[in-house]
Amino acid sequence: MDATTKKQLEIIATKIRMAVIEGTFNAKSGHPGGSLSIADDLAYLYFSEMNVDPQNPQWADRDRLVLSKGHAAPALYGALALRGFFPLEWIPTLRKSDSPLQGHPDMKGIPGVDMSSGSLGQGVSCAVGMALAGKLDSKDYRVYAILGDGEIGEGQVWEAAMFAAAKKLDNLAVIVDNNNLQIDGTVEEVNSPYPIPEKFAAFGFHVIEIDGNDLTQIEAAVQEAKTVKGKPTAIIQKTLKGKGVSFMENLCSWHGVAPNKEQYDAAMAELSARLQEMEG
Amino acid sequence: MAEVKRVATRDAYGATLVELGNERTDIVVMDADLAAATKTGMFKKAHPDRFFNAGIAEGNMISVAAGLAASGKTVFASSFAMFAAGRAFEQIRNSVAYPRLNVKIAASHAGISVGEDGATHQCCEDIGIMRTIPGMVILNPADGPEAAAAVRAAADYNGPVYLRLGRLAVPVFNEEGVDFTIGKGKEMVAGSDVTIIATGLLVNEAVIAAETLKAEGISVRVINMATIKPIDKEIILKAAAETGAIVTAEEHNVIGGLGSAVAEVLCESGKPVPMLRVGVEDCFGRSGPALELLEIYGLTAPSIVEKVKAVLTLQ
Repeated sequence: MDATTKKQLEIIATKIRMAVIEGTFNAKSGHPGGSLSIADDLAYLYFSEMNVDPQNPQWADRDRLVLSKGHAAPALYGALALRGFFPLEWIPTLRKSDSPLQGHPDMKGIPGVDMSSGSLGQGVSCAVGMALAGKLDSKDYRVYAILGDGEIGEGQVWEAAMFAAAKKLDNLAVIVDNNNLQIDGTVEEVNSPYPIPEKFAAFGFHVIEIDGNDLTQIEAAVQEAKTVKGKPTAIIQKTLKGKGVSFMENLCSWHGVAPNKEQYDAAMAELSARLQEMEG
Repeated sequence: MAEVKRVATRDAYGATLVELGNERTDIVVMDADLAAATKTGMFKKAHPDRFFNAGIAEGNMISVAAGLAASGKTVFASSFAMFAAGRAFEQIRNSVAYPRLNVKIAASHAGISVGEDGATHQCCEDIGIMRTIPGMVILNPADGPEAAAAVRAAADYNGPVYLRLGRLAVPVFNEEGVDFTIGKGKEMVAGSDVTIIATGLLVNEAVIAAETLKAEGISVRVINMATIKPIDKEIILKAAAETGAIVTAEEHNVIGGLGSAVAEVLCESGKPVPMLRVGVEDCFGRSGPALELLEIYGLTAPSIVEKVKAVLTLQ
């Protein structure tokens, strides 16, 4: 990734983070922590990698992304709005009763959302179904699923993993967002999923470990996944929950709490400063 | 008396899936390691490239089916009713029904007539569970030809369908190619004193009960309610107005199924009539030959005759 592209994607990732803060602040609820941790993935995928058409969201040949950790919807909505699937003006309406932006992704009402998700463990299976359909139809689209590290406690994730490997779905890449925190504490304290890479390898995946807040590493992993034949890929990424808003970083308490006015101002000031610095 | 032809609705399902597979390339079938029992194995044999076994993982199967449907496929996903409506309830609710995807949950081995496998496998709660999901269509065909027609209707309908199928071979009374319209009940026997509204394998029992009662001078109307949701309000209210009493009959818990659906319609009509329910009386089943169990749990023509006589005393 050249420096110019990296800078452009960093700018977009920062704008996605601003959308997360804007949305959750106005909603007075939502999940900022796990949304901020995946902003870099979404910036890379939607603005550099995925073949999508905002004018034709249902395009049959498009690449697909299922946000299996659906509570990170504020980040997905930010990415989709910035990509042109719907107006940025929708962002502050997040979770309001007259808004299309549901608390968790809704494929029926929100352009660009490929699958309704939010009940943990189900989205990855849906992504597997999409990958299977791609194979059936001999289409060359790729399917991405983003999972939480707490989410992989759901048995269905491993049912899906077993199925994806057995059916040789090399058009599927799952990204496990290992920010190490879930609602009740660290993932180790709650019910440790570690070691994660070994588990996916044992289930028949090609495994890549990266820093998921580093766009260069994200690109390398996604490109490597495209070269793998006969098996799905799992990208296990270490990330910082709350990444980009210093007072939210690595704190479990920011899993499902919205910023108040003071916190909103502080977060937006920090992100705006970062944006100005990059935009020059 | 000529030998009555018997066919399990699951067999008609398998045979119709094969035909649909010949006619339509969008038809995809999934199973969870019960393909021999649910009869999706027939489709697997005919169309191996469009059959996917999820193994013993019903939740994943349903969500994968949702992903296939989101990519343009018409998916039939099968397991036993217990593990489809039961185990995979939440996947049906969130992965399929909420996004209104084109998945047909074809659940065989419903009800007490599973027989020897016993209570763990005898699902008498599935209609109740599925009925509470917004937009779910619930079909419960009564014999082989009707099951074949229901499978075709489900394939032609765009959206989630729960198709309830049985293990037991049951008497065939419909002609092959019988019409099937989702949301429409059918009058099987004309009558004016009382109406039996039956579904699934209780329809044939209801017809036998009506013949018995006719000999005793009671004119019984019999309605086959093959669609439980959306329920045919018109045919229920017409029967209430014209016959004045109703008995429902189903191979399901008396709570939550056809009886509940009919009661809801009657109570909200402002013109309720006396009504009684034949069904599994809120208990678990047990092991035994299917026909014996149907007798033990009161799911036969004589039980319906008793309930009809009882409902007439309530008028």
